[in-house]
Amino acid sequence: MDKAHRHEELEEESAKPFGLMGYFLTPGELMHACEKLKNAGYKHFDAQTPFPVHGLEKAMGLPPSKMPWIVLSCGATGLLSAIALTWFVSVDYPLVISGKPSFSWQAYIPIMFELTVLFSAFGAFFGMWGINRLPMFYHPSMKHPSFPRATDDAFFVTVEAKDPKYDASKTKKLLEELGAREIVEVTE
Amino acid sequence: MTTAALQEDTPGKRAPLVLGHRDFNAVTETVAGIVEKKTTPTWLVLLGVAMSVLLILLGSLGKLVADGLGIWGLNNTVFWAWDITGFVFWIGIGHAGTLISAILFLFRQKWRTSINRAAEAMTIFAVMSAAIYPVFHVGRVWFAYWLFPIPNQMSMWPNFKSPLLWDVFAISTYATVSILFWYVGLVPDLATLRDRAKTKVRSIVLGIFSLGWRGSHKNWLNYEKTYLILAGLSTPLVLSVHTIVSFDFAVSIMPGWHTTIFPPYFVAGAIFSGFAMVVSLMVLARKAYGLEGLITIKHLENMNKIILLTGTMVGYAYAIEYFIAWYGGNEYERFAFINRAFGPYKWAYWTMWSCNVFSPQLFWFKRIRTSIPAMFVISIFVNIGMWFERFVIIVTSLHRDFIPSSWTYFRPSLFDISTFLGSFGLFFTLFLLFLRFLPAVAISEVKGVMPQADPHAGHGGHDDHGHDAHDDHHEEASAKADESNEDEGDEGEEASNDSEKDEEESRG
Repeated sequence: MDKAHRHEELEEESAKPFGLMGYFLTPGELMHACEKLKNAGYKHFDAQTPFPVHGLEKAMGLPPSKMPWIVLSCGATGLLSAIALTWFVSVDYPLVISGKPSFSWQAYIPIMFELTVLFSAFGAFFGMWGINRLPMFYHPSMKHPSFPRATDDAFFVTVEAKDPKYDASKTKKLLEELGAREIVEVTE
Repeated sequence: MTTAALQEDTPGKRAPLVLGHRDFNAVTETVAGIVEKKTTPTWLVLLGVAMSVLLILLGSLGKLVADGLGIWGLNNTVFWAWDITGFVFWIGIGHAGTLISAILFLFRQKWRTSINRAAEAMTIFAVMSAAIYPVFHVGRVWFAYWLFPIPNQMSMWPNFKSPLLWDVFAISTYATVSILFWYVGLVPDLATLRDRAKTKVRSIVLGIFSLGWRGSHKNWLNYEKTYLILAGLSTPLVLSVHTIVSFDFAVSIMPGWHTTIFPPYFVAGAIFSGFAMVVSLMVLARKAYGLEGLITIKHLENMNKIILLTGTMVGYAYAIEYFIAWYGGNEYERFAFINRAFGPYKWAYWTMWSCNVFSPQLFWFKRIRTSIPAMFVISIFVNIGMWFERFVIIVTSLHRDFIPSSWTYFRPSLFDISTFLGSFGLFFTLFLLFLRFLPAVAISEVKGVMPQADPHAGHGGHDDHGHDAHDDHHEEASAKADESNEDEGDEGEEASNDSEKDEEESRG
């Protein structure tokens, strides 16, 4: 056994498995597979699809997204900052126009609206990447030889090794039964 | 038989959104192919032209900064003319992008998917072209930051009771949210391009911009919710922006400006001109890049229907202004409107009527609505007409004000014209760069509205189906798609019939 080969083998031994990955060619098959995995008691599995397959979250048993709460709190912050800003400005540098009170809040409604929207949008944008743990420039699932198809036309399913029910051979067999193609164990 | 006739609605059945045997991979190939192909000489020539016009803009703005606002044809009476006209014109153009991507998304209008990306890009570039005017018409550009509420050495704050400051907030929020919305939509498609990248540099650059997107469904779940929320935020935002732009006029006491119809009337006009610009651009882009199968006649027809609707609304607003001028009994108001139609600017006024109210009425006829040359010409007319609308509102109200001794006739100077012309250079330079380097059609969204994307399609209930049979079908479809892909123009009678058949099969 030459040196290089041995080195490779050692590396393979030391690398921890991330999970089993396989893919389907239609969203229907993927959904069916996710349902079966959920029913078999798997908790840590994910689907990777080129577009959002509607209804898949039910098949996978995922809880609803927390995004609305993040956006709501950011929007409220935006509204409060607009009120604080316009109040402070009209007290700090009073401009008397048509004898109206300094803090004539009706005139500030456009400002309050715009800042509410602006803060909500920032909350939605950054909150989404935060929840999704992105940007992430490397992920084990990208090691699958056919991974590029996940953003093109293949519907992947990944069962993670950290799942208590994970068993390399049994899980592989289950995926095979479900009709997954090119089932590969990817390492971390 | 023309293609248009073939795609007619069959009663009770929707026209297909994607034509010509496409499977998921074929959509990727078509759209990503545009970006990955070599630069065409036509594109280079067009970019050269656009950049030359951009240079005219830079020259005009340089002259403005050096010499001051005196280089424009403004005078004491008409103190606001082509600058605010150009600003409102460009902001209005921008609105269609947000409308297509946000309002049509909320209404679950699936036909928006193949045009929303380009329309959103158009929005951003139009807002950038618009932003030139408020920034430069302050004259001393280096003081433009006075518009923002930033603590300064004079401990002065801007006037928050002024519509011009509301504008600062509205436009900057609109620009920011549009860019965020656009970028969120781009990320999955950038990931597609990254995974197809052939060179190291390309894959690193796209890798950075796609943020490591890997299509995880847990991510999609939050992503879709975010997209929905952003659409929900953009919808009132887009309406508020043009409402606030109209406040710039309506809050004043100038006859012809001081009307409550302005906010809805401006919003309708903005949608009108924006859709006209989308039609003008899409007609050219689909031809240039062989996107006829994705941006179908049906898409264009739907947009033309919106142009017809909003054009009629704008016509109604023109008419009701006369009614109010008469019924309101204010003689200055009455004079302003008679002066518009029969005064020295009647040529501009009647150009506005013919382009905005009369020309889109031709869209009542299906033949015209679905004819590419006709819709292109009408959309250009609408763009011209909407520029004139803003010009008429602004200049005709100002040029004969309350004191007849100060009445004047506004003539644009060379620099008024060159600045406006130049703003087209900026817009088209950016748009051409967008078409060349970014996916012009939202790949992942188009895939999502294809009949194959329905997880329950193809077979009744997913339990009782052999996988092999399905795979064969897939391979066959993909081979067919490759064939039709090679010959891009191939979407005649056969292709369209077959795709309908396919759809029927997949539903049955």
